[in-house]
Amino acid sequence: MSGELSDRQGLPGPAPESRRRPEGRRTSQGVRVDPEAEAEHPSRRTVISALVEHEPGVLARVSGLFSRRQFNIESLTVADTQNDDWARITVVVEEPDPGIDQVEKQLEKVVPVIHVRELEADAVARELVVLKVDADRPEEVHAITEMYRGKTLDAGPRTVTVELTGDEQKIDDAVDAFRQFGIREIARTGQTALARGETKTAVVPDHLK
Amino acid sequence: MTEQGAVSEFDGTEPSADGPTDDQGAAREQADPRTRDESGRADSETPMDDASARTGAEAVVAALETAGVETVFGVQGGAIMPVYDALYDAEHISHVTMAHEQGAAHAADAYGAVTGEPGICMATSGPGATNLVTGIADADMDSEPVVALTGQVPSDLVGNDAFQETDTVGVTTPITKSNTFASSADDVGEDVSTAFALAASGRQGPTLVDLPKDVTTDETDVGPTEPSVPGTVSVPDRATEDAVEAAAAAISDAERPVILAGGGVVKGDASDELRAFARDHEIPVATTMPGIGAFPEDHDLALKMAGMHGTGYANMAVTTTDCLLAVGTRFDDRLTGGVDSFAPDATVVHVDIDPAEISKNVEADHPLIGDASTVVDQLGAAMDDSPDTDEWVTQCADWQDEYRMDYAVPAADSDDGAPDASSFPDEQPVKPQFVVEAVDAATDDDTIVTTGVGQHQMWACQYWTYTEPRTWVSSHGLGAMGYGLPSAVGARLAADDDQSVVCFDGDGSFLMTCQELVVAARENLDITVFVLNNEAIGMVKQWQDAFFDGRRMASEYPWVPEFDTLAEAFGADGFRIESYDDAPDVIEDALATDGPAVVDVYIDPTEDVYPMVPSGGDNGQFALSEDHL
Repeated sequence: MSGELSDRQGLPGPAPESRRRPEGRRTSQGVRVDPEAEAEHPSRRTVISALVEHEPGVLARVSGLFSRRQFNIESLTVADTQNDDWARITVVVEEPDPGIDQVEKQLEKVVPVIHVRELEADAVARELVVLKVDADRPEEVHAITEMYRGKTLDAGPRTVTVELTGDEQKIDDAVDAFRQFGIREIARTGQTALARGETKTAVVPDHLK
Repeated sequence: MTEQGAVSEFDGTEPSADGPTDDQGAAREQADPRTRDESGRADSETPMDDASARTGAEAVVAALETAGVETVFGVQGGAIMPVYDALYDAEHISHVTMAHEQGAAHAADAYGAVTGEPGICMATSGPGATNLVTGIADADMDSEPVVALTGQVPSDLVGNDAFQETDTVGVTTPITKSNTFASSADDVGEDVSTAFALAASGRQGPTLVDLPKDVTTDETDVGPTEPSVPGTVSVPDRATEDAVEAAAAAISDAERPVILAGGGVVKGDASDELRAFARDHEIPVATTMPGIGAFPEDHDLALKMAGMHGTGYANMAVTTTDCLLAVGTRFDDRLTGGVDSFAPDATVVHVDIDPAEISKNVEADHPLIGDASTVVDQLGAAMDDSPDTDEWVTQCADWQDEYRMDYAVPAADSDDGAPDASSFPDEQPVKPQFVVEAVDAATDDDTIVTTGVGQHQMWACQYWTYTEPRTWVSSHGLGAMGYGLPSAVGARLAADDDQSVVCFDGDGSFLMTCQELVVAARENLDITVFVLNNEAIGMVKQWQDAFFDGRRMASEYPWVPEFDTLAEAFGADGFRIESYDDAPDVIEDALATDGPAVVDVYIDPTEDVYPMVPSGGDNGQFALSEDHL
């Protein structure tokens, strides 16, 4: 307290513009950078696999987490595993590295989550798509389906419905190829994946086995 | 919350033989000759035998007793009635009936903040549960240990939009560490034990168990278990030695190191270790708002709080440091300002028990995942040399002198530096900072301060000198106006008997939860509330003046109650400070009151909070007055 300040509001001290400022800076992700350097991290697409306890609400919890934290997800699948007590969630995310790191760590905090990790680039990943096109040119539809090793599920006078499986790139290419027939509807499952060969997709601690 | 008659009509269950569930039953309960002794506890005619059949509700209460719970805050209502009925026989648990469920959640939160053990709150389904939400969200943001127990409509009605049905688990999922819909009487005891363990362990936080009425009325022979966390959860303790060595080397090499103590230091009971580390190595210490009390603010190395309304010297130090040892902080935006300009030259050593906080907002060069006290000890052991900080400590002291937390008062200090009211002209309005300093001077060092949210909260941060952890209880992350009074109730019941509890509130915050005065009066809780009354939502008004061309939309109150009179209507003692002359005696009298007291303090309505870093701004460019903004 000081009586000399009685005629003004505010506090004593040098004004902002007179203070020495550090030269460094950080990116919007809080990463310290060379002031001259490029500031942003590029996004990349990757597959994150989580093994979870199979209990009600776990999917809602995980999907709620993604929307609340504004993680950019391309697809999310969930289903049973070899063990009735476990389910596997496979998420395709497109985020910069700090975001991918956050996705993994935030998932790890969800109580029923047993193990989370980002899968390697060589992971075995597949997606299934069911696609319905106009049946005006059935032979050509059949030919394209064969090319992509698909299966015809339903053929009628007006529509043909086919099933295709493959990695994301193949599915995208196939959908493009079918556009010439007039696509009526598409349903895609999103990717599901396992690590390749002997590599484990998830590591379950002994006390949970 | 609930009309009991309506419940039995809508929930489809038969009134149980021993629990009143209709209007007459409720009336009977009032007249029930079974005596409860003066402490409010039941006589022990029916001791609980662990091996015998019990209801799910009794299993819930047994789980709480096994966890060592002594106090529960809550509000009755239809779907939670079986649990309350089981509490009737609980010898070791006292229940505090709050006026509103939000009050119950805030009281439990403050109880958890002061004791370090989970505070328990209870509410019925539907509106009871949704009224808890603000308090649960508050506990989530501030990592306070809280267990919420909510009633729910019977399982076979769930999903039917039954009377007082809300998807409580759905509503609270984003704001709890974990929540559970209890599925059977056999499992409900363990559900509660697990919720307790999860709230208390690792990074603390709120958990919730939703209790359908059939689950709490069904019978079970499953006995209580000690709380333990599920196998999927691991709680880190020690950081890896390599990481500790590297971090210690970075600190040793620093020229301008700063410790930033967050709420995790308080929650992790790491205050002693942190103090020792700072003193041993002569490193200045700034705190976040939840970190207040982690380091004694009267120490030479104390920079006090950094961030939006932190001290100028803390913000200069944090902006200039070349090595920031951040312990138990999540780098909230109110602390960092814009991250692009936050500690831009600093190597960051980040100690946290939650791996997800590492590099979430500010990249950690040295992440140390573990318990704060353990890791700070590890760091201390790994430090070969102390950094040479003489010059830096002098620089920080110079900043302390340059950016003094002085405020304009109409007269000079007394000789001993303590506020001297006698020399102030009577016609001058009282400065709020003066009131905070005067109450601090009139109370012991271990006094607990709770606050609402707004300008008064910032003055309570800035002008009270905190020296002990768990003496500062506030709504930091959520910024929930109305937190002050119910948290004072919770803090009072958690505090030692010889510890004082004062609440600084604003007129706006106080009006949001002032009904909890009835609880303080009913329970004769010795708390003293200072309402720093400027007849406005002061912080909003300050921002309107600074950023909205002074267009004071909906921030000024054309009328507020006389808070001293209001207090008396509730059964508390009312006081008023209108001038500096009033202050010393009124403060003394109010603090001396044995029971709740409310002091309506007419503060200078033109006073604003400075220093200030505008949202997203550069901490080093803090404004000292409005013309700097």
